[in-house]
Amino acid sequence: MSDVADRVKKIVVEHLGVEEGKVVEGASFIDDLGADSLDTVELVMAFEEEFGIEIPDDAAENIQTFGDAVKFINDAKEA
Amino acid sequence: MRRVVVTGLGLVTPLACGVEESWKAILEGKSGAGTITRFDASQLATTYACEVPHGDGTDGTFNADDWMAPKERRKVDDFILYGVAAAEQAVKDAGWTPEDKESLETTGVLIGSGIGGLNSIAETAVLIKERGPRRVSPFFIPGALINLISGQVSIRYGFKGPNHSVVTACSTGAHAIGDAARIIKDGDAEVMIAGGAEAAISEIGIAGFNACKALSTKRGDAPETASRPYDADRDGFVMGEGAGVVVLEEYEHAKARGAKIYAEVVGYGMSGDAYHITAPSEDGEGAERCMKMALKKAGVGPSMIDYINAHGTSTMADTIELGAVERLMGEAASKVTMSSTKSATGHLLGAAGAIEAIFSILAIRDQVAPPTINLDNPAVETKVDLAPNAKREREINYALSNSFGFGGTNASVIFKKV
Repeated sequence: MSDVADRVKKIVVEHLGVEEGKVVEGASFIDDLGADSLDTVELVMAFEEEFGIEIPDDAAENIQTFGDAVKFINDAKEA
Repeated sequence: MRRVVVTGLGLVTPLACGVEESWKAILEGKSGAGTITRFDASQLATTYACEVPHGDGTDGTFNADDWMAPKERRKVDDFILYGVAAAEQAVKDAGWTPEDKESLETTGVLIGSGIGGLNSIAETAVLIKERGPRRVSPFFIPGALINLISGQVSIRYGFKGPNHSVVTACSTGAHAIGDAARIIKDGDAEVMIAGGAEAAISEIGIAGFNACKALSTKRGDAPETASRPYDADRDGFVMGEGAGVVVLEEYEHAKARGAKIYAEVVGYGMSGDAYHITAPSEDGEGAERCMKMALKKAGVGPSMIDYINAHGTSTMADTIELGAVERLMGEAASKVTMSSTKSATGHLLGAAGAIEAIFSILAIRDQVAPPTINLDNPAVETKVDLAPNAKREREINYALSNSFGFGGTNASVIFKKV
């Protein structure tokens, strides 16, 4: 697993208080990991902080799963 | 007429987490004051306060994990954490966790705070200044709003009755209990979870009250002696933190389910001083009218009151309240015991009226008036027994609890032995 995925997973586990094993590629923050809409806002802020990137609101709306987050951050870092 | 009784109690105080633990320390004359540990207070005029003893949850310490999961706790200011902890104790004590629709819809919550998420607001303001508005947490607002204790408690238990809050500075806790009792009397709920919480021991909180010249500043070398209501050497109040929550219940409802009944809420008075933003009216007439209204509601004369839990903050205002009590009681002043438990807990601001209502209720249960500690050299002569430095075992059928707040807002609640 990539370094980015590990770091994203750590943030998700900390913020949502879920077991690491549940944070899989297709896991939806809201449907599978118990987040509400405010939690997802906070998660995106934490990703921005951790990776030193800016995630615009319209892009944030499309980050619904763990896999979405890892992909977005990888793309943003390459850009 | 619908009667309202108290069937559950919950406390988080500077003396302990827990009702019996706090009460035992109060009766033993212990002080909850010490040097401030939460932040570096060395630059402030006041370097001491009455902090809730955080720990692993044993020996009366407060362990946040016992009351809220770390994931949830991160989203709320400490005043909500304390409020939820006290509410959970009270609900458990009352044994009231119904699951049927009707019970849930007739159980409400009314828990207030004097200033709410003051420290969260201060920290977020600094964050915006240093790192910009995009870094503000989505949980900042719901974690700082005063009515969010009521919101959190209702969500936790599914209580869908009236969901309300009070903000009347240092009268908050008393107003919350009085107003909640009225909601039950009016038939709008059968059960109300009511009280107050506060967590303002922070740099901005201490600096703010220092600027008002309200806090004790001279006893940094012996903080446990700083809260000394009625004493000639008092020099201001000592800030406390924590929460007090009671379960109020319609009498027949409580009886029908075989609930333990601590006391009945029989009187509730309110008044305004219309005088000054921080000082009480010099003649104490607002306080006197407030107590009179509570007595009228209770349908008893002043001579029936056995114990008064005073507002008594350890400021110049102590003797104004005492004067009002002397005028109100007349000849009966020599028979009443009046003490200030703030001598032990410090002043919990919006939680004060709630924890002191609970001490008044326990005074009725155990037939003992708690002491006013540190009262070594009374500032004035009085016929009223101020229980200096020693509890009073005595008959207590009626207990009155006073709370007075900035802005000239007064509340008195009378409890009766059942």
